[in-house]
Amino acid sequence: MTPRRKRMVSVVLVLAGMGVATGLILTAFEKNLMYFYSPSEVAAGEVPAGRSFRLGGLVVEGSVLRSPQGLGVWFTLSDLAEERVVYYEGILPDLFREGQGIIAKGQFNNTGLFVAEEVLAKHDENYMPPEVAAALEKTAAAGSNPQ
Amino acid sequence: MIAELGHFALTMALALAVLQAVFPLIGAQRGDVSWMSMAKPAARAQCVFVVLAFAALAHAFANNDFSLAYVAANSNSALPLAYRLSAIWGAHEGSLLLWVLILALWSAAVTFKSGGLPMAFVSRVIAVMGIISVGFLLFMLFTSNPFLRQIPPPLDGADLNPLLQDPGLIIHPPVLYTGYVGFSVAFSFAVAALLGGHLDSAWARWARPWTILAWVFLTFGIALGSWWAYYELGWGGWWFWDPVENASFMPWLLGTALIHSLAATEKRDVFKNWTILLAISVFALSLLGTFMVRSGVLTSVHAFATDPTRGVFILIFLGVVVGGALALYAWRGPRSLASADFAPTSRESFLLANSVLLSVATATVLLGTLYPLVIDAFGLGKISVGPPYFNAVFVPVMTPLVVLLGLGQFAHWKRDHFDRLLAALKYPLFACVLIAAGTTAMVGAVTGVEAILGLVLAAWIVSTTVRGIVQRCRRRQRPLDALLDLPPNFVGQAVAHLGVAVTIVGITLVSAYGVDKHLRMAPGDAVELAGYEFRFDASRDATGPNYAGTEAQFTVRRNGRQVAILTAQKRHYAVRNATMTEAGIDAGLTRDLYVALGEPLDGGAWSVRVSVKPFVRWLWLGAILMGSGGIIAVCDRRFRRVISRATRGSKDAAATAGAT
Repeated sequence: MTPRRKRMVSVVLVLAGMGVATGLILTAFEKNLMYFYSPSEVAAGEVPAGRSFRLGGLVVEGSVLRSPQGLGVWFTLSDLAEERVVYYEGILPDLFREGQGIIAKGQFNNTGLFVAEEVLAKHDENYMPPEVAAALEKTAAAGSNPQ
Repeated sequence: MIAELGHFALTMALALAVLQAVFPLIGAQRGDVSWMSMAKPAARAQCVFVVLAFAALAHAFANNDFSLAYVAANSNSALPLAYRLSAIWGAHEGSLLLWVLILALWSAAVTFKSGGLPMAFVSRVIAVMGIISVGFLLFMLFTSNPFLRQIPPPLDGADLNPLLQDPGLIIHPPVLYTGYVGFSVAFSFAVAALLGGHLDSAWARWARPWTILAWVFLTFGIALGSWWAYYELGWGGWWFWDPVENASFMPWLLGTALIHSLAATEKRDVFKNWTILLAISVFALSLLGTFMVRSGVLTSVHAFATDPTRGVFILIFLGVVVGGALALYAWRGPRSLASADFAPTSRESFLLANSVLLSVATATVLLGTLYPLVIDAFGLGKISVGPPYFNAVFVPVMTPLVVLLGLGQFAHWKRDHFDRLLAALKYPLFACVLIAAGTTAMVGAVTGVEAILGLVLAAWIVSTTVRGIVQRCRRRQRPLDALLDLPPNFVGQAVAHLGVAVTIVGITLVSAYGVDKHLRMAPGDAVELAGYEFRFDASRDATGPNYAGTEAQFTVRRNGRQVAILTAQKRHYAVRNATMTEAGIDAGLTRDLYVALGEPLDGGAWSVRVSVKPFVRWLWLGAILMGSGGIIAVCDRRFRRVISRATRGSKDAAATAGAT
């Protein structure tokens, strides 16, 4: 092979590799992107049906209810404007607490209950997930200048 | 008073860093020996002052000086001394000081271990490290000074985040940072080579031991972090594709490409452009990692309370340092693309292909990590990219990488023949077929696809490595003597590659066959999992120096015979009002038994997580092997011999370098 042909072959190989990689990445992205919605956005009907997403808000004080058997737990998430009830079965993270900002991953079942596969709370008790903080700010802004 | 001395020491360090950055650089351009000779003393003096500053902060922590805002926010008088000291890097300001300390130590190490290199080159390396140091010292003094007083001082401190009160976290950050910051040496070597225009294989030879050492630290640091997450977070997971983990993993992936590319540049004078670009990119990713961890822009399980304004400074600094280096590369980079010739079937080709694959892997991780930020910045919604994305992309990239790894460590430089490779690799191929057949028979072809793939890849690495050793020894008259005589460089390579195989076995088996159960258990209850019976015996009070806790005891039996007694704890740290899980783990070479407490339920019952994790230790064992391989390779006499040879010619070299 001449150096020129060799270079052509290697360029073609690299481009083919890049193409395959891009294809893989895009398919993987398509399947695994998780959107975040606040209870208000849920109430406004912004959530596409039948897809799991992340719901975030503050755990309403006094809303945590445990099933007497098993590990089921119900709690209410609020962004101070709207609320949604979440059901989760499993071990809650250590920093899950009433009044704390948390994120639940899952989807609504046909009765309108949000069934979470995973609940995330953060390492630091002063830490608020940025998404939740932004949702709360939005509510506060909407409350201060009603249109 | 001592805190003020610490503050003063930092200011002095900044002044010295400016000297270290400016004079040697100008001196090297002008060929002025007296200006260049300022490099080493300035770097060493800077190091002394940074050590003093660090000691001052350590003194404040040890003596509970809560008049320092940083100490008050991160320590408490009830905290044991070891944790009071590790609390130095428990938050932003202190970890930055640790960053600067490690940079100063690396710089000082360069001044001591570069005796034989041309003076102009060393001066430039030290000056570039000085520039980085100036940036970080400015950052610290202006935005995150750990020595600020708080008046009136609080009676007691707010305590260290309980999650960080763990032996693993005493050593994890320093080791990880040593790796991160160590890549600044490779970066400085690359920039110095660009500045001096000496882009021959010599700079690669000088940069190699430093780069490998940084990579070793990063490897150990990441493994420690993973191990800590496994036993301390109480989820039993070892890798979460969390943005902060990705921040350390990206420089590791690209750093792996860099150490291999450097080897090719040194030995065969190829890939010069690529190696320089990698050296710059790896350090850029280290800085980006620092930015991501500290800026609070990412939602992460690791994101502690952070301050976005500081992130902006690091981002600007990143832009200046990396942008400057890339501009220099565009301006002074190697012009001729006609580097040494090599055939498509040669070690060079395989190394290049793997370099590209590692870069693709890094890019996919970078994309998955930054994409949510970009989408958010454009107001297009809030999204996150989950672990399934990374797993889906990573396996297809890593599979060819491992295949090429086997071929590459075995192929000849410059030119090899596919027929020869095939003939020589018939035993490894046979071993792979055997493993594939064996695994298929055990787990079934359909259900066990992951396991078969993983084990075959591991078998491929092990068998090609062994074949490579055999090939090398056979050439000699007495193969056994040759085995003992193998150069450390080669042994290190073999050990590190075996480490990759061991890690792959761990990842494969724990992902495919790890079992995990959440359930409600009261004392006396038992559950059966993967052939093990876990019985909750009793719970009792377990109170420590700064927490109140409950301890639960579990007995694990297999076929009626007692295997282990596990104690899992739940602790409540009063000062921070934080609850922590201490998992009960019985570690074993072929399996870990894992129990963690969730929350107390009615009637003395607890929610409990019970897991059996086959071969999970192999993950970290493999990382230890990889790191050890790096250490063995660094010990190779080749690197030292080269330097002593350079010493003899150093006068000429200094003279020529001065003339450029």
